[in-house]
Amino acid sequence: MLTYDEIIEKYEPALGLEVHVELGTKTKMFCGCPTEFGAEPNTQVCPVCLGMPGALPFVNERAIESTILIGLALNCSIAPMSRFARKNYFYPDMPKNFQISQYDEPICTDGYLDVEYETPEGMKTFRIEIERVHMEEDTGKSLHVGGATGRIHGAEYSLLDYNRAGIPLVEIVTKTVLGTERYAPQIAKAYVKELRDILRALGVSDVKMEQGSLRCDANISLSPRGSGKLGTRSETKNVNSLRSVERAITSEMHRHAQRLEAGERVVQETRHFQEDSGTTRSGRSKEQAEDYRYFPEPDLLPVAPSAEWIEQLRAQLPERPSAHRARLQQLWQVPDKEMAAMINAGVVGIVEETVAEGADPTKARTWWLGEISRLANEREVEVAEMPITPKDVAEIIALVAVGELTDKLARQVVEGVIAGEGNPKEVIAARGIKVVSDEGELIAAIERAIAAQPETAQKVRDGNIPAAGALIGAVMKDTKGQADAARVRELLLGLLA
Amino acid sequence: MSELIYKSAAQLSESLAKKEVSAREVTQAHLDQITKVDKAVHAFLYVDTEGALAQADQVDAARAKGENLGPLAGVPLALKDILAQEGIPTTCGSKILEGWRPPYSATVVKKLRAAGVVILGKTNMDEFAMGSSTENSAFGTTQNPWDLTRIPGGSGGGSAAALAAFEAPLAIGSDTGGSIRQPAAVTGTVGVKPTYGGVSRYGVIAYSSSLDQVGPCARTVLDTALLHEVIAGHDDYDATSINAPTPPVVAAAKRADVKGMKIGVIKELSGDGYESGVSERFEESLEILRSQGATIEMVSCPNFDYGLAAYYLIAPSEASSNLARFDAMRYGLRVGDDGSRSAEEVMSMTRAAGFGREVKRRIILGTYALSAGYYDAYYGSAQKVRTLITQDFAKAFSSVDVLVSPTTPTVAFPIGAKSNDPVAMYLSDVATIPVNLAGVAAMSLPAGLSEGLPVGFQIIAPAMKDDRLYQVGAALERELAAKWGGVLTTKAPKLNSSAGA
Repeated sequence: MLTYDEIIEKYEPALGLEVHVELGTKTKMFCGCPTEFGAEPNTQVCPVCLGMPGALPFVNERAIESTILIGLALNCSIAPMSRFARKNYFYPDMPKNFQISQYDEPICTDGYLDVEYETPEGMKTFRIEIERVHMEEDTGKSLHVGGATGRIHGAEYSLLDYNRAGIPLVEIVTKTVLGTERYAPQIAKAYVKELRDILRALGVSDVKMEQGSLRCDANISLSPRGSGKLGTRSETKNVNSLRSVERAITSEMHRHAQRLEAGERVVQETRHFQEDSGTTRSGRSKEQAEDYRYFPEPDLLPVAPSAEWIEQLRAQLPERPSAHRARLQQLWQVPDKEMAAMINAGVVGIVEETVAEGADPTKARTWWLGEISRLANEREVEVAEMPITPKDVAEIIALVAVGELTDKLARQVVEGVIAGEGNPKEVIAARGIKVVSDEGELIAAIERAIAAQPETAQKVRDGNIPAAGALIGAVMKDTKGQADAARVRELLLGLLA
Repeated sequence: MSELIYKSAAQLSESLAKKEVSAREVTQAHLDQITKVDKAVHAFLYVDTEGALAQADQVDAARAKGENLGPLAGVPLALKDILAQEGIPTTCGSKILEGWRPPYSATVVKKLRAAGVVILGKTNMDEFAMGSSTENSAFGTTQNPWDLTRIPGGSGGGSAAALAAFEAPLAIGSDTGGSIRQPAAVTGTVGVKPTYGGVSRYGVIAYSSSLDQVGPCARTVLDTALLHEVIAGHDDYDATSINAPTPPVVAAAKRADVKGMKIGVIKELSGDGYESGVSERFEESLEILRSQGATIEMVSCPNFDYGLAAYYLIAPSEASSNLARFDAMRYGLRVGDDGSRSAEEVMSMTRAAGFGREVKRRIILGTYALSAGYYDAYYGSAQKVRTLITQDFAKAFSSVDVLVSPTTPTVAFPIGAKSNDPVAMYLSDVATIPVNLAGVAAMSLPAGLSEGLPVGFQIIAPAMKDDRLYQVGAALERELAAKWGGVLTTKAPKLNSSAGA
């Protein structure tokens, strides 16, 4: 088996990423049903999204607006006239047995997104070209009951929930991405992360990968160097976290290389990423291309946004994340190296939110890059996915600043919040965490420490100040770490003066 | 009392307003006629006796309270079974929807209810509106009241026959390639296909979305206009509905004046293939219009020759997609679900059992026409023809106010005569199809009889000029009715309970 270095030496990877984003509109794409996540099955449905005979779609204006905003943020051209098309195929969770999508006349085309990535040779910018951004409706959900796998094969019966049917989706498709070389998996991840940040800044989606409001299909192929043509690609679905994007592509690169080395061919197919093993398994083969019989949706008029409207939306665009980051770096006086670390860890936005909650930028950065990153690594999740909010962190920083928490206690609070014990106040109350600031109590503890270690106390009295450390340690232990070490030191030295 | 069924909607409206008669009496008279003749005619798939009487009572109560009611309040109507009506069985003439009771009503149904129109029941039709004879209904053929051995036209044969058999003074139809006008022509009644987008399609079970249009049917031009005004208008639930005021159709029907109007005769819709009796009635009607002060000129629309071919690619293509939703998952028929089969197998078995031959033929045709590699040659070319036909109309309307032609090449043919020859059947609609392809408005009204059977006269107006149909139609009708001593349907043989097979 080839090592990763050997794979890169022999083959050139080509990436292609299709990201589906559920828009955060209040109502569905083609009817007035609510879009709230997690409602009782089949309670957010109507004749339109159930595909009842005679029902007709009507377009959600907000969804078009959101899609144009996305297109503009991705430097796309906005088509003066685009069309919806029907994608025809039979599937039980698709009420009409066609999906209203866009085909040869999408609303946004030809854009790009610059992705920054810190390589060992320094910070590099990779331009990912966007082929198209188009609108479509989501399908319902099938739940396969019985059988060992929870999959359709072997299931005893299936349940259908149409709440999701008709939720507006935007599909963002890249052109084939070449030139990422050994960083292909990392660039793919960085692209999805950057895209997520942009979508969040635009306020068009809650972009939660774990809830499926942002879904990524990762296409990858390897071509032997010098062959001059692209290899056969596989398309990996079910990539439900940023980390999985990187893992799925890495795993596919190894699998492709192994097949190619063995003289086998790569099958063009859909694969499913498996979180536990970090590998992919085969889904349905796409060797026989499905014929979706696309044709213009006759029930809807073409989408023709006026130039004025487009310019109005362009004026609403928030600052581009890269420009925004440059501004923050200036504002916070962060060294380049540190800034790169923040970008790679994907914490710039969170740090900013923490600062907005009143925290000191350096302290905020230290917490997110330090303790919280460490805990995220332990759990093998992204920092941004940790169950602690910028507000929580800002609150903890504030408590340290006023002396109600020590750094050590603060770490306990962070741990408690992440463990799901509640917000910082609740964790402090539940765990009984508090700084021992009662001087009488502290002096009593110091006196106990002096009594227990008379020789050490004597050394301090004799001017051996560093020896005080042992006594301070004992006091901290005695107070279960809830004392302010600096104050203990002050009082101790006073008593032994 | 039974004389009530021979009155026009306008006459009933007046009697109702004057409280000479109650809505219940009017409704009951028509329900009685249905009981009496519908075994022979089979215009109705479902008669909502209780619902209709309850609606009539509501209208009577409202009138007694002095509420302000619309002109058609209390007038009964027959509804084509293609429109969803909440709680009322709606089949679209298909086994696949047998027993389905919609959880919602079509916009047109809501408008009718709001106007106090009494809905008697649902009328027979070719399955999914695919046909020209109602022989494709899964629930039996409708007989033409003029001759029970003949077809009443299609797909809306039930609605037209209900009018001709005096089972209802008003009816709703839908017209994709002629399904309102061709039945009107062969039953001696009036039918209008409004401008595409003039009447909401929400709740109308789609056959071919870009061609389907709901329209009014009646025995007189004025009645048709009164109904047109009730059902037309913008609907937020139909994205293709036009957001503009409805043309003044009732005023136009009352004006009934063609003086100074320019009328174009479409050269391509005459001659070969048109029965001599049909051509003669057509010429006589032209003569009347000329005598009333209109100028008649010949107009050529050369691309109409390709209309039928384009229609039989576009309509099946859209149908193949529209009818995909009938899959046994959420409503309607379900076949083969014994716990051992996959969803796909159940879908397939249900569709095999639930759809009739003509529907399957068109689904296959449309699926083929949209397939990769064939799309450009079939669907693509058909769309180009459609554009050319639209241009033919635009050019013609630059020199004339309305266009005219016979509605159909023949009078009603015997049941069974064309059921094994789809192309011969398709030719019934050769003169009506171009109108749908261009989205313009058209009317068929009776021009007289040929060998005892009605002949239809077609008037075509530009989009959103539907009022011109009524202006010309009412003028022609006035003269013809004077000649016949009443509207043509009064000449139809009287049906009785023993009539028919």
